[in-house]
Amino acid sequence: MRTRAKNFELHSGGTPSLRGTLAKIFILGMVDAGVVFVLLILIGKEKYGLTIFFGLVTLVVNWIYLRRGGLPAKYLTPGVLLLLAFQVYVVIFSGYISFTNYGDSHNGTYAEALDAIQQAAVEPIEGAAEYEIRVVRSDDGAVQFLGFDLNTTKTYIGGESYSKHPWREITSADGLITDESGYPTAFKGVTFLTDDEITEIDPGVTTMKIPLGPDLKKDGFIATADAFFAQQNRFSFTYDEKTRVMTRVSDNKEFIADETVGYFKSAEDGELLSGIGWQVRVGWSNYQKIFTDKDLRGPLGGILIWTFFFAFASVFSTFVAGLALALVFNDQRIRGLRIYRAIFILPYAFPAFLSAYVWRGLLNTENGFINNTILGFMGDNKIQWFEQQGAARAAVLLVNLWLGFPYMFLICTGALQAIPNDLTEAASIDGASPWKIIKFIKLPLLLVALAPLLIASFAYNFNNFGAIYLLTGGGPFLDPTLKVEAGATDILITFVYRIAFSRSVGADYGLASAFSVLIFLLIGSISYFSFKRTRGLEERAQ
Amino acid sequence: MTTTNLKHDKAKRGGVLRWFMQVGWKHLVGLFVIAFSTLPLLYILSTALTETGNIENYVLFRQFYLGNFYDLLTSTDYPFVIWMKNTLILAGVTAVLSVFISALAAFAFSRLRFKGRRAGLLSLIAVQMFPSILGLVAVYGILSKITDYVPAIGLGTKTGLILVYLGGSLGAGTYLMYGFFNTVPKELDEAAKIDGATHTQIFFKILLRLIAPVLAVLALLSFIGTFGDFILASIVFNTTEQFTVAVGLQLLLADPWTKNWAMFAAGAVMASTPIVILFVSLQKYITNGLTGAVKG
Repeated sequence: MRTRAKNFELHSGGTPSLRGTLAKIFILGMVDAGVVFVLLILIGKEKYGLTIFFGLVTLVVNWIYLRRGGLPAKYLTPGVLLLLAFQVYVVIFSGYISFTNYGDSHNGTYAEALDAIQQAAVEPIEGAAEYEIRVVRSDDGAVQFLGFDLNTTKTYIGGESYSKHPWREITSADGLITDESGYPTAFKGVTFLTDDEITEIDPGVTTMKIPLGPDLKKDGFIATADAFFAQQNRFSFTYDEKTRVMTRVSDNKEFIADETVGYFKSAEDGELLSGIGWQVRVGWSNYQKIFTDKDLRGPLGGILIWTFFFAFASVFSTFVAGLALALVFNDQRIRGLRIYRAIFILPYAFPAFLSAYVWRGLLNTENGFINNTILGFMGDNKIQWFEQQGAARAAVLLVNLWLGFPYMFLICTGALQAIPNDLTEAASIDGASPWKIIKFIKLPLLLVALAPLLIASFAYNFNNFGAIYLLTGGGPFLDPTLKVEAGATDILITFVYRIAFSRSVGADYGLASAFSVLIFLLIGSISYFSFKRTRGLEERAQ
Repeated sequence: MTTTNLKHDKAKRGGVLRWFMQVGWKHLVGLFVIAFSTLPLLYILSTALTETGNIENYVLFRQFYLGNFYDLLTSTDYPFVIWMKNTLILAGVTAVLSVFISALAAFAFSRLRFKGRRAGLLSLIAVQMFPSILGLVAVYGILSKITDYVPAIGLGTKTGLILVYLGGSLGAGTYLMYGFFNTVPKELDEAAKIDGATHTQIFFKILLRLIAPVLAVLALLSFIGTFGDFILASIVFNTTEQFTVAVGLQLLLADPWTKNWAMFAAGAVMASTPIVILFVSLQKYITNGLTGAVKG
């Protein structure tokens, strides 16, 4: 009740101005016009579910802004809509995906997988005729193949649509004109295409399939690889819709659609049909895999330890450096103080992705500035920054220190200046040494004020993808026996990123999503409990 | 006078040694830190000014050669000027909109009381904990769906990417801004209310004006964040003409042994200079911007 009264008070403060109301109606009108445009497109594409959904959302938005009262919603709606679309949905989607086998080999629906398998697996019909072809265009605009069988010197013609242009033999009676050897030179109703015209055909003659009979999948088709010669082909598999069984034509082996793995699978020996499957729900198996799969568990333990170490060491080193610097330079007697401060924060101001590249150049083993100029005294004993585990980890931490200490310096300086002077003065009058003042007064106050930022920094570094990915890419990859690629500087997030977007093994979004849900829970609970503890600290301090 | 001044006078009398013990050594520390923090920046500037311009740049500033800048600015393979323009539009629009929309939401959280307020604040933080890099699949999925129906705001468009950036930055932005609104005493808006001000007037004319420097800093931080994004932009755009600086400059480093290392250096210098200048000149406000939310 009290809260309502308060809201009422706030927006009854004054009457809305005419200008404000007009602006509101104008903006709302623009938004509505845009939505109507989108809705028309959706209706055009027969997406009625989406149409209704967006229509309803728009109605609600209009209602929020046109009614009296309900002030909080008026301020929150734009942000909430964007957050729902691009953050909340993303989290929920990833959660859902983590229970599926979605990935490169399970990209789409059953129908799409079926189509892809059939299109991909094609083989020539043994002993069938081969043709020398001319690509022609008939008067109705259809591109057709005119095929000349070198063995029988018979000529055939046909197009992609069997009902309109069936593959058939043609003779001079149909209007075919040939040269002395029987080779076709012209045919009634079609024009022979020049090479230039052939290259302009979209999506290209090499993708065309000219059916040999009314059922493309059974009867096979004619295809060409170079627009000069063509073979009779057939699909390597026949599919029975009722039993959902794929039969391999060459050896009559049967593969049954298995909904638990999303593959066609042989009942005899469990052979899976090609690399193409469809998306199915797999329950907890992705999560199970994380904890039980030997290939994953091997590298995972080390990566997890290094991730914690990396995050902790990054926060610790940057904080200690930043704090020390802030304490030393919180001194008005230093000449040029402002210039010092400005230069100290340069690394923070320099775009981080550029820094990573620059450091990569600096640390280059053979030709880098660090090894040759700064450590030049070491002669040929160059440090292999990106080739050895210890050196690579040191390099990552060094660069992250460089990237992060200015931030800590800034916030420590800010927090130091917020400590009232009376406190330190009183202590020094009481005879406390400067070191004791720092230890017993400044540090505790600083820690209380900065604890939330330190926790946030830990969470950030735990998932600091850019720092690792741009500098070392997770490498060096020292153990070639691993089935899942894992490098010496890989933290959890870069490791999972490789699983999600791997080009060599094939992406596994399902597994990667399961990882991200776990990381989410881990980081969320660490942050939650440490925030709770610092709140306790804060209360004791007060 | 204060103790510091007393000490200062004593130090003067005590001579150089005393000065060094109290203040002088701090200059040494300062010089060391300066060497550390500027080394990569001097290195890349020096490389950009070197004619051979490769990674083997052992003695800094031997040359003053501007050809790399000229090459990059006139290159057709690497249209740096277009990248820069794309980046400025993307980062600029995102910065302004995200600050404005965050401010709207933060106003509601700070000044209004409604059901689910606490839960809303908590979920703002919670959602941020999700490793965003792994949301890529979902984000790509959304954008390609949008492309099917409204290509004007889908893949390959700035509008689409801006929407994604906005969605990603609102959580943190709102939370920071919430802290700042809390530092403005409520008595101010109550006084204005009594004088007949509407909520929009309180929002625009009182709150936003009072924290204007903070808004500038948050906009700058958002700008830098967008400027440095090398992942989202690279999945949304696929032609060189659409690239941002962060994506485009990566092209130059595909082979670090070619002359492109010099062009990269020139590009890095040109891309970062305006940001560095802005950042350093806004330094004082940035400190507030980073710590204020916690104090509030």
